[in-house]
Amino acid sequence: MKRKFVVSDPEKCTGCRLCEMVCSAEKDGEFNPLLSRIRTVQLDVVVNMSLACRLCENPTCVRSCPRKALSVDEKTGVVLVDEGKCNGCGWCIEACELGVLSLHPVRKVVMLCDLCGGEPKCVEFCPKDALELRTTEEIAQKIRSEAVRKLLVEGR
Amino acid sequence: MFGYAGSILHVDLGRKKSRMELLNEDFCRQYIGGNGFAISLLYNCSKPKVDPLSPENPLIFAVGPFAGTIVPTGGKYIVQAKSPLTNFMGEAVSSGFWAHALKQAGYDAVLIEGKAEKPVYLFIDDDVIQFVDAGHLWGTDTIEAMNRIKKEVGDENIGIATIGPAGENLVRFANIANDRHRQAGRTGMGAVMGSKNLKAVVVRGTKGVKVSNLEALMQACKEIYETSQGPLTEGYRFSGTPASLLFHQSVAALPTRNWQDGVFELAEKIGDKYVGERWVVKAIACAGCPIACDHITVVKEEVGKVLGSVEFESLYALGSQCGVGDFPAINRAVDLCDRLGMDTISAGVTIGWAMECYEKGILSDKDTDGLQLTFGNSEAQLEAIKRTAHQKGFGALLAQGVKSASEIVGGGSEHFAMHNKGLEYPGYDLRGLKASVLGFNTSTRGGCHLRSSMYDFDLKGKVDRFTAKEEYGKLVREREDMWTVIDSLMLCKFIRSILGNYKTMARLYALVTGLEMTEESLQKAGERIYNLEKAYNVREGWKSENDYPAPRVMSDPIKSGVAKGAVVTKEEFDLLFKAYCKERGWTPQGVPTKHKLLELELNKAAEELGAPAEEA
Repeated sequence: MKRKFVVSDPEKCTGCRLCEMVCSAEKDGEFNPLLSRIRTVQLDVVVNMSLACRLCENPTCVRSCPRKALSVDEKTGVVLVDEGKCNGCGWCIEACELGVLSLHPVRKVVMLCDLCGGEPKCVEFCPKDALELRTTEEIAQKIRSEAVRKLLVEGR
Repeated sequence: MFGYAGSILHVDLGRKKSRMELLNEDFCRQYIGGNGFAISLLYNCSKPKVDPLSPENPLIFAVGPFAGTIVPTGGKYIVQAKSPLTNFMGEAVSSGFWAHALKQAGYDAVLIEGKAEKPVYLFIDDDVIQFVDAGHLWGTDTIEAMNRIKKEVGDENIGIATIGPAGENLVRFANIANDRHRQAGRTGMGAVMGSKNLKAVVVRGTKGVKVSNLEALMQACKEIYETSQGPLTEGYRFSGTPASLLFHQSVAALPTRNWQDGVFELAEKIGDKYVGERWVVKAIACAGCPIACDHITVVKEEVGKVLGSVEFESLYALGSQCGVGDFPAINRAVDLCDRLGMDTISAGVTIGWAMECYEKGILSDKDTDGLQLTFGNSEAQLEAIKRTAHQKGFGALLAQGVKSASEIVGGGSEHFAMHNKGLEYPGYDLRGLKASVLGFNTSTRGGCHLRSSMYDFDLKGKVDRFTAKEEYGKLVREREDMWTVIDSLMLCKFIRSILGNYKTMARLYALVTGLEMTEESLQKAGERIYNLEKAYNVREGWKSENDYPAPRVMSDPIKSGVAKGAVVTKEEFDLLFKAYCKERGWTPQGVPTKHKLLELELNKAAEELGAPAEEA
């Protein structure tokens, strides 16, 4: 089964950070961006994008954990955290090239996107439809069509 | 408590001390938050008739019960103090992410008293309050200050409300900036910060906000998020506030060349379509806002690619008001005002006034230090902005704001000083907007479009805009009360067509706080808060003549367009003002009666003011 994950369209993202609020409410029952598994980055005002775990096929976070607390769910591809094993050392946070892992400020264990069981709340709430649940194949298809359209339709 | 953080932070800059005051439920119900909390603190914690730029003038930052939640647009903050521009209640509102940070740090309001010995910034790091030396930041512009503080603290996501050189130099319309280019713009709150040697209020909040009924709130907000992508917010989403420019132009309500006309012949070139096609690169949003009205421009032709956030009011004040019809020039002037930390409306109106003085020979080259302040001279405008922020030569005159500057210069220039109570008018030509003219001038903070936004009636054909009628008194009163509730819940007025009704606001308030408020009790709270603002002004020496429009509005008609010939006569304004005072239950002179204040449980104000007992 193809793995789906949350992707953000920087053209559509307005940097409102609603996804962070919704995520923390869903996971911890309160509003707090520091509890969010998805995080928004804004650079020079006009560059906006939210980032969540992309379910890498061979995740560096899992490989980096000295206590083997992280594992990949075979069915969904989601990275699972064994909170009994995790001691919050943060190796995985450092190992991830995208910075999508965080330390839970209260429980002091690592946290990351679990896709809300397949229907992510952030995707449901994003007012600009900047967030979508996609497979790598779908992303590539979209890019290919765009490229061809630009070259052969608009280019004429 | 749900929604509320439950505490007010008291800070004494002189003694470098702070303490917490806990909120109680009654106070929350009576004053709601934001606007209500701020005026309650201002009224009760300041001595009457203090110098606005003295340590005795308390400075208040407050947020609403929705800050830090997902209630759409609920992340605004308000700043109040006695205004150095009007000498009455000062008040400015901004959005961005600062309010969320303050709530997450555990506070609903911060009251700042005294004056720091040397420049400092206040760092509210959850429960830890630090007075950080800001000597190295003194003199930096707002954007540089924000970038440096983020770097120093080592956190990209902190909230920073800072002043620029204009605030440090006590320019009377200096503002407070946050999130790069959002401003608490009006009435000179930045000068009050500067007078306290306070460069910035920096906040890091790591605590969560809990609400009373999370599931129902999520559902309710989801529906609002969906509705807000529909026709009710279309203008703000597609063009942002600049859409107003060509609309005002089409109805001859765009003040031009210091209100000598209501039509600007170069409007097309600074209108949303022309600018949108050439320079708008992206629309961005404040915290949890589904609208995203802020249309960021990048003028690549300019050295350094000037990035701008140019709202309608700036297009008017630095554009049509000064006869400038060149967008890149306006973009540059707005960027300069933003960096120096000055309100674009007050700056533009004051410079426009100086341009008229210059063209009429009331100000000579000698007076302007050689600046050729003719209408349309954008280079001279830019130079005037710089000199104003640094109080340099002629700039020191402009830095007083148009009311004081015109009183100093005289020569008949008071006649065309476009302000009410010292606050420069925004871009609505009031001569042909006869419901707005009442609301813009009874406004407790001076010439302002955001205390009742009566143009919704005038410009949407809901009333006859060219005829003054008694019924406008009631409309203004109702709007002021509701707008006060919006400013106390701290919602954005751009979502007013969806949330701007007591039923929806009461429902969201209950879901967030768990406190049930009826529609009537919310309205009553709005009335209470507005009356307290008025009482503050009366205590500061307000007289009914302070609520009358600028002389030009009452004598020089609009020259062209559909509003040609329109003017507001004294008789017309008398009629409107009388109807308004009666509707408010105040004396015919506009002073809240003891009876009214007691009815609103404003016992201290009732006692202090000794307002006449008789009904209006």
